[in-house]
Amino acid sequence: MYEFVSGPLVWISFGIFFIGLLVRVISYIKGLDWQKDRVAYSAAGIPGALKSVFHWIIPFASQGWKDNPVFTIGTFVFHICLLVIPIFLLGHNILWEESWGISWWTISDRTADWMTLLFFAAVIFLIFRRITNPNVRLVTTFYDYVILAIAAAPFVTGYMAYHQWLHYKTILIIHILCGELMLIAIPFTKLSHIVLFFCSRAQLGMDFGIKRGGQKGRGICW
Amino acid sequence: MAAEATTTLANRTPVKTKEALDALLADRGGKRYYKELDRLDVDRDALKKNLDVSFKSRMKTWLEICAHCAMCAESCLFYIANDRDPKQTPSYKIQSTLGEIVKRKGDVDNAHMQYCMDTAWGKCTCCNRCGMYCPFGIDMGVMFGYLRGLCYSQGFVPFELKIGAGMHWIYNAQMDVTPEDYIETLEWMREENENDWPGLKIPVDKVGADIMYVVNAREPKHYPYDLAEAAILFHIAGEDWTVPSTKGWEGTSLSMFAGDWACCKQQVEGVYAAMEKLKVKRYVGTECGHQHRATITEGPYWAGRKSGQPPAPGYHYVEWVLEALKTGKLKLDPAKKIKEPVTLQDPCNYIRNHGLTDVTTEIMSYIAEDYRPMSPNREHNFCCSGGGGMNGIGRYREERNIGLKVKRDQIVATGAKFVVSPCHNCWDAIRDLEEVYKIGIKWSFLKPILLKQVIVPGHLKPKAA
Repeated sequence: MYEFVSGPLVWISFGIFFIGLLVRVISYIKGLDWQKDRVAYSAAGIPGALKSVFHWIIPFASQGWKDNPVFTIGTFVFHICLLVIPIFLLGHNILWEESWGISWWTISDRTADWMTLLFFAAVIFLIFRRITNPNVRLVTTFYDYVILAIAAAPFVTGYMAYHQWLHYKTILIIHILCGELMLIAIPFTKLSHIVLFFCSRAQLGMDFGIKRGGQKGRGICW
Repeated sequence: MAAEATTTLANRTPVKTKEALDALLADRGGKRYYKELDRLDVDRDALKKNLDVSFKSRMKTWLEICAHCAMCAESCLFYIANDRDPKQTPSYKIQSTLGEIVKRKGDVDNAHMQYCMDTAWGKCTCCNRCGMYCPFGIDMGVMFGYLRGLCYSQGFVPFELKIGAGMHWIYNAQMDVTPEDYIETLEWMREENENDWPGLKIPVDKVGADIMYVVNAREPKHYPYDLAEAAILFHIAGEDWTVPSTKGWEGTSLSMFAGDWACCKQQVEGVYAAMEKLKVKRYVGTECGHQHRATITEGPYWAGRKSGQPPAPGYHYVEWVLEALKTGKLKLDPAKKIKEPVTLQDPCNYIRNHGLTDVTTEIMSYIAEDYRPMSPNREHNFCCSGGGGMNGIGRYREERNIGLKVKRDQIVATGAKFVVSPCHNCWDAIRDLEEVYKIGIKWSFLKPILLKQVIVPGHLKPKAA
């Protein structure tokens, strides 16, 4: 069992993850239509696209982030931990060093442990916000919680495995499965925003940069 | 369908004949129209086909990845004005309307289409402010524009906008004003002013002029002095300008508000044809926000111009004014600057939709001693609440009036009692705001203010009798 989930299934899930995301990006771009979108897509829009991505990928660089400081901190902590922990975890790096001969910088286990707790705090904050903020509650669906669960499960199980709670080997297998489930789910669900965020922001950035005065005014921070 | 169109008012057929237009106009307030609308079937196959060809990756992605974070709520003036009602959150409004149509692949009923109509026109002015506040860059204003198109194609459109689009189909203008009426009005205005302004000319169809000036049909119809003011200011500035005497003299687009894209195309092609025929160097539009958006920002796409540009560069009136002030074509008397506190309602359609964030602010420094910007301002300014056609729709008068509270509070906070607004829609909304809330303000376009302050060169003054 362990051999399968940590061997072929890893390949399969990474395959689905990368190919799936590539398909999402290509079909997004292919589905753009200059006339229907009313944007004359061209290289002239690239500065606008970059600007749009830049202002929203940096905390407090856009008016929207500035107006919502608590949510901004919560969501950035969530996303930074979500990316940094699995990619820079020493244990993960040893695994792909062994299998693929590649590795990069790592964070200490102690850092990862604290970051995981921070991540849990962010998850709780996001759930709390979904329940208590009436605007968020109204637009929230069950699917939103499922997505959050898919994203959080590898961390819960990873934390349990690291601290050897319950039966280590079983938890480890569940942890790997959860990670694989997330990778596979990404291209098929809302989690596809991992790439579509950039597509969507770049598109709007081009829209403003090309059509809505980006070449005329001082440039709106959209 | 043709038979249906002649016997009913609420139907899927755009108004393209005078007879159909008159039938609608005879229905005071749209009473019969809305009654018929209750019985209008949804052509589900057509709606599905429409989605198949027009619902593309951009909007598909927007609806799909919306994180339901509700960060857009506070960006919406209707959310704020309606005591922060969660149902006014833009993401909720679009997910519960367009989202449902898409989810059900067009299999929706009359009640849902009416809900879509009441949301797309009664809870949104397509001011695009929410688009600036979404982390994913989801522009719900754009989606509501699209939803309006779907609703329109099914006949679910507010009464006045069915008429408005009909006007454009028939007159190539938002009102029943013909090019002859327009030229006659211009001539009348010229005669009226020739004693005060010797040599005042209104050049019609002048080929190769620097500027082709395009107006809003309201001006010849209800505010002819606006035309006179424009002519006098061009005269003082020594501009080489002209107006077309053919279709294309009018640049607004109620069809854009209605979501009648075929009509938008026809309308804007008229303006472009005039630009090309007269070989003008540039276009200047009057003090109208949506005219600028329709003719300059969106128009090239309806007309199928891949460059995204109109045949000649397009300028909003404020751009011309600032240029004239900066180059000294218009010199203002500093002693005549407005002394009292004054604020500015900068329209969304040339700010958020054309980036002219600082132009009118700069003009204010020429005309006012105590200019007090609204907060928020520039690209973060709120819509007046009358945009997107809302001013003219009787069915949503109450919603519009509630929305006005946001603008009222912005104005009151400045302490100014004088509001400048270079946009017909904003101007109307502010007039109505005063009527509803009585906060003791006056309001003005730029033209009358400039005329009061401009220094008239000696040779243009009337010779002493």
